[in-house]
Amino acid sequence: MNAVTPIAPAAALSGPALQTVGMTKVFGGFTALDDLSIDVKAGSFHALLGENGAGKSTLVKCIMGFYTPTKGSVLLDGQEKTIRSPRDARDLGIGMVYQQFTLVPCLTAAENLVISRADAPAIFDWKKEKPRLDEFMDKMPFRVRLNEQVSSLSAGEKQKLEILKLLYLEQRFMILDEPTSVLTPGEADEVLGLLGEMARRGEVTVLMISHKFREVKAFCDSFSVLRRGKLTGGGDAQAASVAEMSRMMIGDTEVRDRAERRKHNDTRAVLDLAGLCAEDSEGRTVVNALNLKVNAGEIVGIAGVSGNGQSALVELLAGQKEIKDGGIFIHGKPFEPKRKDFDRFKVFGLPEEPLKNATVPRMSVAENIAFRSYDKPPIASLGWWLPPGPMRKKAEELIDKYRVKTTSPDSPIESLSGGNVQRAVLARELSGDVDVLIVANPCFGLDFASVAEIRSQIMEQRNRGAAVLLVSEDLDEILELSDRVAVMSGGAINYVSPIDATDRNTIGQHMAGH
Amino acid sequence: MTAVVSPAPIAASRGLDPRAISSIEAILIPVGALVASAILFSVFLLALGKSPLTFFSLVWTGGFGSAFSIQNSLQRAAPLILTGLAFAIPARIGLTLLGAEGALVLGGFSAAAVAIPLVTFGFPAFIGLPLMALAAMLAGGVWIGLAGWLRHYRGVNETISSLLLGYIAIAIMNFFVEGLLRDPASANKPSTMPMGDAYRVGSIPGTSVHWGLAAGLILAVVLYILMTRTTFGFAARMTGGNVRAAKAQGLPVGFLVVTCCAIAGACAGLAGFYEIAAIHGQANASLVAGYGFTGILVAFLARQNPLAIIPVAIMFGALDAAGGLVQRRMAMPDATVLVLQGIIFVVLLVSETFYGRIPFLQPRKTGDRT
Repeated sequence: MNAVTPIAPAAALSGPALQTVGMTKVFGGFTALDDLSIDVKAGSFHALLGENGAGKSTLVKCIMGFYTPTKGSVLLDGQEKTIRSPRDARDLGIGMVYQQFTLVPCLTAAENLVISRADAPAIFDWKKEKPRLDEFMDKMPFRVRLNEQVSSLSAGEKQKLEILKLLYLEQRFMILDEPTSVLTPGEADEVLGLLGEMARRGEVTVLMISHKFREVKAFCDSFSVLRRGKLTGGGDAQAASVAEMSRMMIGDTEVRDRAERRKHNDTRAVLDLAGLCAEDSEGRTVVNALNLKVNAGEIVGIAGVSGNGQSALVELLAGQKEIKDGGIFIHGKPFEPKRKDFDRFKVFGLPEEPLKNATVPRMSVAENIAFRSYDKPPIASLGWWLPPGPMRKKAEELIDKYRVKTTSPDSPIESLSGGNVQRAVLARELSGDVDVLIVANPCFGLDFASVAEIRSQIMEQRNRGAAVLLVSEDLDEILELSDRVAVMSGGAINYVSPIDATDRNTIGQHMAGH
Repeated sequence: MTAVVSPAPIAASRGLDPRAISSIEAILIPVGALVASAILFSVFLLALGKSPLTFFSLVWTGGFGSAFSIQNSLQRAAPLILTGLAFAIPARIGLTLLGAEGALVLGGFSAAAVAIPLVTFGFPAFIGLPLMALAAMLAGGVWIGLAGWLRHYRGVNETISSLLLGYIAIAIMNFFVEGLLRDPASANKPSTMPMGDAYRVGSIPGTSVHWGLAAGLILAVVLYILMTRTTFGFAARMTGGNVRAAKAQGLPVGFLVVTCCAIAGACAGLAGFYEIAAIHGQANASLVAGYGFTGILVAFLARQNPLAIIPVAIMFGALDAAGGLVQRRMAMPDATVLVLQGIIFVVLLVSETFYGRIPFLQPRKTGDRT
């Protein structure tokens, strides 16, 4: 199609309808999108579901103009539009909220809004801008403290600001890429609820990439499911059941059954954190005299609003942060987070964001899998000599056993998808004998099948008698896996309870610091 | 031996094994950068009204044209191999160190200083020379090790600190050479006491190239094996690739950083020893000859691979050796070669951006990120 459609300024203040027709995108020999047609009605809240690698990001990148589709077109309110670059998409009123924030942290919320304008002047006349902003905010369904620096806003406020930015730029077709992954459950419900209301009033149209069925059921009115670049289903989000949606998503792939929780009689304390203290890089106390015991064969879940010292706690246990005061004991003996003690006490870890904390992105999959064992026989001989053969052989075994999808053990691990990186880390950390397991947000950003698999692996370790400390921002995950739940607030544990003696509300109240 | 690559069946893989791709890139891109630099330099020569053809044929003659010029090139390549290693080893652990020049000077000076009592009390050369080499390596190792220590324990930027430590090293040498350790006979050019012929490192039999070349070749091979085939090298590469992950694996990051830096300093210090013991015979300002900085260029072009440093250093040695010939025959200043080196460096830095972006070499991702 060569008919160049003139790009009209987006004056319309209602959410447009958007369709893709026969969208196809081929990368080399790989078809990422295969003749894909979706239909997002005006004023709808549409969920885009699919596993990792199903083609969801490719599709939205084609709509946003980051990729040029090999074939197919985008219709906006029934008219075909040519989108060659993100700038075209912006001019058409299509905006996107990314998984990571795109705000400038050292500027205020108001400044962030104003500089995002395409026609932002070199010098701002705040006397004129302020009333205009106030007028704009008056029409908005939710508020953000405009004069605060973005760095001091909470994650929920930042996410709201990202959405406000789209509205400020009059982008009424919003694409949200897993918008709630950085929010607390409360914040997520609030933001999605507000967006849902706006969509119902016809002010915006929302296309949301999500993994969370609960959100889709609660807020969306229609959905499309992708699998391997093809549309495998869709329809009314309220009418379809979760089981139906997940079947469309994962097809006939067998999902590992959830490991059963086995009863233990052995309740020795294995991991004992005694009065742990730590500071952040600016010298503020982030972990403040934290006490917690984890028993053998038990999962203790640590819940908390993000930023209350959970990540510092994990860093302490992993040896990434210095212990200011207090001590860690395992089986009553002092533990120092160094390689020798990791091996002696059989301490393993699944840190959050494995590409950042658990792998060296440029090293190969085989090398990454060998991180725990490279200095021991059979991989190393004489304690220092490292022939390539044994490392590769071991990696091939584990890649096979843990179903890591990679073209070769020699591929750099950064070329793998998120779920496969986490599987490679699981293969490394869980293939041996585990006494203590430290887990942090293990399923962050992973697809449905991977999540089930990873959770059942953690449960298996518990059943085998490992003491598991699970730090998670996903309350559902904690409720599903834990034997006991502990709430972290202000750097210390302020509530511990067996899982069957508590509920979501009580935990929520303690998360808020009560 | 292990079996050749067997791609997992999931993705019907087309194209090359990832290891092969990165090796092809590691050769193709630097060679491309060299060709591009040669073209740019030719433009520069044409603008001056000189013939690029004459220039490159003179470089060939001056570098490799005769047995004499080949030996001359190898002689100049010797310190470049060592200073190239001094950049490449810390680069593997993620540090950019510019301190080889200083470590070379301090190493050379230490060797000359240690030689004074040894010569005075008449120790034989087979005891004296190893002691001098040891002193040189120790001085260089401590100097660059200090930059590594500052980096890890005090958070000081290692590029800046190593560069500045280099100037301090030169100042230390000048301080002693022009003061306490000055040989009264060195009137025009302040120097330490000459060590005499007994304390001179000889040539490799059958050539006029000093033993520093052999030391460089051996160290390049040894360090290549250290970095690729030992647990130490593996741990260093982990640390260089992602220090957070290395810490989470409980690795002694501080020890690894300081050790890699100390190895680098020892290499540069050893280069200084050979400059003193094989060429100058005493320490003076001639030690500050820029080998440390050219070594950076060598390591860059060799992609920090210790083995690749050898041919690249020889190439730069040849370029250096041809400088005089170019000067005489083409009536161009000695610095012409430096212009070429500068162009190569800039083009190299630009070429870094091509890794992973050559279309026909792209491996397919196993899954799109969602």
